[in-house]
Amino acid sequence: MSAMSKEETEALIAEVLEVYPEKAKKDREKHLAVNDQGVESSNKCITSNRKSLPGVMTIRGCAYAGSKGVVWGPIKDMIHISHGPVGCGQYSRAGRRNYYIGTTGVNTFVTMNFTSDFQEKDIVFGGDKKLDKMITEIDGLFPLNKGVTIQSECPIGLIGDDIEAVAKKKSKELDKTVVPVRCEGFRGVSQSLGHHIANDSVRDWVLGARDADNSFETTPYDVSIIGDYNIGGDAWSSRTLLEEMGLRVVAQWSGDGSLSEIELTPKVKLNLLHCYRSMNYISRHMEEKYGIPWVEYNFFGPTKIAESLRNIASHFDDKIKEGAERVIERYKSEYEAVIAKYRPRLEGKRVMLYVGGLRPRHVIGAYEDLGMEVVGTGYEFGHNDDYDRTIKEMGNATLLYDDVTGLEFEEFVKKIKPDLIGSGIKEKYIFQKMGIPFRQMHSWDYSGPYHGYDGFAIFARDMDMTLNNPCWSMLKAPWKQESTEAKAVAASA
Amino acid sequence: MPNVMIRQKQDGNLLFYIAKKDQENVVSTVEIDTQEQWGGEVELTDGSRYYIDPMSPPPVFPITLRFKRAE
Ligand code: SF4
Repeated sequence: MSAMSKEETEALIAEVLEVYPEKAKKDREKHLAVNDQGVESSNKCITSNRKSLPGVMTIRGCAYAGSKGVVWGPIKDMIHISHGPVGCGQYSRAGRRNYYIGTTGVNTFVTMNFTSDFQEKDIVFGGDKKLDKMITEIDGLFPLNKGVTIQSECPIGLIGDDIEAVAKKKSKELDKTVVPVRCEGFRGVSQSLGHHIANDSVRDWVLGARDADNSFETTPYDVSIIGDYNIGGDAWSSRTLLEEMGLRVVAQWSGDGSLSEIELTPKVKLNLLHCYRSMNYISRHMEEKYGIPWVEYNFFGPTKIAESLRNIASHFDDKIKEGAERVIERYKSEYEAVIAKYRPRLEGKRVMLYVGGLRPRHVIGAYEDLGMEVVGTGYEFGHNDDYDRTIKEMGNATLLYDDVTGLEFEEFVKKIKPDLIGSGIKEKYIFQKMGIPFRQMHSWDYSGPYHGYDGFAIFARDMDMTLNNPCWSMLKAPWKQESTEAKAVAASA
Repeated sequence: MPNVMIRQKQDGNLLFYIAKKDQENVVSTVEIDTQEQWGGEVELTDGSRYYIDPMSPPPVFPITLRFKRAE
């Protein structure tokens, strides 16, 4: 199918909205839009960051997921207590594939689940005593931990426990960082508020820890990677490029990150922000308080990588600028070979995306490098500033959908018939059963890394592997298939 | 009276960020913008207008300030 015109896309949206009751229709209408690069501010065409409609399927998570799962969870040398009933932590344990170096259970703890396992009596009488005891116990069992964070689940806010008081007391007692995080799941409309709350707790409880301590030797080339969660090793394949061009990466937030790295971040010269959505708050804070500028970058696909490397280098002297050119040059033959190999197999294929905080816009360039086209994209929990940044990346008359519902996504796919869908685990099997190639773009489908030049090679291979898999032609049962053989037999008879 | 974080973009324009609403906009005009004073009515590219009492000396960006909505 060739590209749709603006009118056709509008008609498609209207058609899909038809099934809703009047009120729901009016609400959902605002979240669906046809992209128009002429619009300079997204709030004219799309509404985002609103409460999901009751009764529809949404794919969003909760504030606890945003804080424990995304921002705090990957900090490897701290223990993150899922404070409350056991389920929230247990069912999300180790699902995000934040790779890290260390010995789990000895000096790193990312994939373990620590929970205060609330019972009825804790709800009735409060859980502060239990929390107090638990932190002492943790320190005895895992003495190499550098600190503890208390990630509140829903009941904590409901019963009004004073976790801040416990945190202060234990912090003094153990002489370690103890951070209370008020990220109860019911706060806000999605995990996005959880990111914000987590950022604020970093700001209030950790960031200023070494303000008075100047013993850390700085260089003019210190940077930090912010908003890279090292999924499948993403931050590592980004870090090598930065180091190769002559920068010194002081901190990784928060994939494979540690408490001391976070404390040292205020000493860097430039903050490099990958996931704008989840970490812009802290970057803005550091800019205001410490005067550290920040730049957004994008390490998906050679075009964007080169653009980003040059942009980052423009904040430094000629040595780094030359370094950036050198890096781009060095990998040139490598990524050109990748494109030469996969582009002919993927050229012209159409992709629909529906992901989280940065990928709905960041991966567009990587697909384009492979000759593919993104015909629809949307955020689970993006805000208007995300859509502002997306409009420019997407072609005219393509679809934008915010907090898309199960029904809408399915109907769009049926009509647009993309060759590939990139979304999460909850969408995966629906679309695979519909016979459409699918990649998980949250966890890279257990593959990765996808960042950097090394990541691009893996990205291209994975897309080819999925799209051109022979299984897609075998979805119909043989007796339902009008096989070419049968036709041949009929013709010869 | 929203709390607004103002920062200078690379191209020199000021970016007006209302944290509460996650709204980012470029400042198009500032009523008083001299060596000594900064403030007054501020207009954004989307047409909305805000007001802040003029400050002297002018603030150093980035900074968080409290603005009033201008009628
Ligand atoms: S919404 Fe509440 S109960 Fe559900 S996972 Fe989040 S914190 Fe736990």
